[in-house]
Amino acid sequence: MSSTADLTPTDPITDVEAKQLRNDFPILEQQVNGHPLVYLDSGATSQKPMCVLEDEQDFYEQHNAAVHRGAHTLAAEATELFENARATVARFVGVGADEVVWTSNATEGINLVAYAIGNASAGRGGAAAERFRLREGDEILVTEGEHHANLVPWQELTARTGATLRHIPIEDDGSIDLGRAAELISPRTRLLAVTHISNVTGVINPIEELVALAHASGALVLLDACQSAPHRPLDLRALDVDFAVFSGHKMLAPTGVGVLYGRAELLDALPPFLTGGSMITTVTLEASEYLPAPQRFEAGTQRVSQAIALASAVGYLEAVGMDRIDAWEAELGQRLVRGFEAIDGVRILGPSAGVPRAGLVSVDVDGVHAHDVGQYLDSLGIAVRVGHHCAQPLHRRFGVTASTRASAYLYNTTEDIDAVVAAMGEVRDYFGAK
Amino acid sequence: MANALDSLYQQVILDHSKQRHGSGLRDGFLAEDHQLNPTCGDEITVRLHGDDALITGISWEGQGCSISMASASILSDLVAEGLSREQLAERIELFRALMHSRGKGIEQDDEPLGDAVVLEGVSKFSARVKCGMLAWVATEHAMTKEHGA
Ligand SMILES: Cc1ncc(COP(=O)(O)O)c(C=O)c1O
Repeated sequence: MSSTADLTPTDPITDVEAKQLRNDFPILEQQVNGHPLVYLDSGATSQKPMCVLEDEQDFYEQHNAAVHRGAHTLAAEATELFENARATVARFVGVGADEVVWTSNATEGINLVAYAIGNASAGRGGAAAERFRLREGDEILVTEGEHHANLVPWQELTARTGATLRHIPIEDDGSIDLGRAAELISPRTRLLAVTHISNVTGVINPIEELVALAHASGALVLLDACQSAPHRPLDLRALDVDFAVFSGHKMLAPTGVGVLYGRAELLDALPPFLTGGSMITTVTLEASEYLPAPQRFEAGTQRVSQAIALASAVGYLEAVGMDRIDAWEAELGQRLVRGFEAIDGVRILGPSAGVPRAGLVSVDVDGVHAHDVGQYLDSLGIAVRVGHHCAQPLHRRFGVTASTRASAYLYNTTEDIDAVVAAMGEVRDYFGAK
Repeated sequence: MANALDSLYQQVILDHSKQRHGSGLRDGFLAEDHQLNPTCGDEITVRLHGDDALITGISWEGQGCSISMASASILSDLVAEGLSREQLAERIELFRALMHSRGKGIEQDDEPLGDAVVLEGVSKFSARVKCGMLAWVATEHAMTKEHGA
């Protein structure tokens, strides 16, 4: 790749390079409704490069066996690949391998923590789990901007335990006001569950500051890293969060695999959520003892090929360079927001141009429902997300029920951005809204 | 240019989505129902008006895409002719068949669906069938809630 030879590791990807990267993603080569596909829905799920698909297939062709069970050669190979994958993904986010629990997706990871805390609150887990026990008067704090995955499990947990669910409000520009957050975080706060990057506004939350506030009050912090882990360098240890989740399918890997990170000391003290095979040491007909983390949280046959494919995806991302992906998406995000801002009747949900943001932008189009916007864009081969993006409270906050979101990834070009901006400029005309 | 998009968004549909016939809930109703499309947040409340013999109109209030709003408006015109409950139920069934025809349309005698046939284009877009059906499903549910029905 001669075009990139004289670039430093923090220079953004270039258009030329993004076009080369696209060749690794066969799905992006197709025509949709007579137009070349412009895929701007990676915030929902990313596309997968050939090498990741091949690595998953290779596992089934050469190494498939049950992991952590049995002594034959294939079983040993599969176990080694599976555990190497864990180590790779752990290193990718700056944590230890025994601090990474495989889940189906981020949603399951959050539910795992919520149910484990619920189990601790019901008295499970012995003295070690005492620290997680919720009582009446305890509070769990979220924000108004959370994905339902980081809201509904906490509603359920507080309903089961008698604890109270509170939220940090979101400001008009999509940001969190640290002063208001500080007022809400108190010694009653037991857990703060917050997204790193909003999947609606693209706002990058001040996690370091929030963690410092939470820890000063003795609260734990769970980070929803769904929109950050795939897109920027992430060091969970440096951020000092206690738990974090993300999904493989949003970072070039297949569906069916996600990650829960928990600080070792916490995971070892937490009672299990799902129970059964592969997570026990001794089982009698009356009771059982459990393996340490992470196995304690991995009951039943695991998603082996998907985990291996996720490690392969991490390899791909690192070869391109997370700093460079981050810088490229920052550029694409600014280009998107500048383009949309210039269109009459299009309102940005979130920060305006010039403010740091992720490579995604949601808009409300005056007089045209998001569903119709999406249909118009689709007729031009442009794939975006329409609806509430699993964040109804945040949409209500902005006074809308639905919005249209364009979200970029490393394989998008400035041409893609210009295409969606141009099409968006035609929407109100088409529907007679001006 | 009669492409798929233009056949979905015919001018009649866009007009109905803006001048919404029957929009605004009226008092003196027989029954009402609320429907929500959770994927996009489209929402509608439909009220049935009429007497023992005929449903003579619907009034409704909703929020949603042009397809769901136009479909409610067109349904309102259809019901305003005055239909027996059997006739209305039949038309809802016919419209459902039209929505699920995947762009092929349906055979119908005497055009009982009236203007609603302009929504045939919706059936090519499986993700939009729910939008097209929203008001009709609310009407169907409202009928089952009528006293003594
Ligand atoms: C911020 C955020 N949190 C959580 C999720 C849930 O991810 P998943 O559906 O993969 O569990 C998503 C993705 O939809 C997201 O964008």
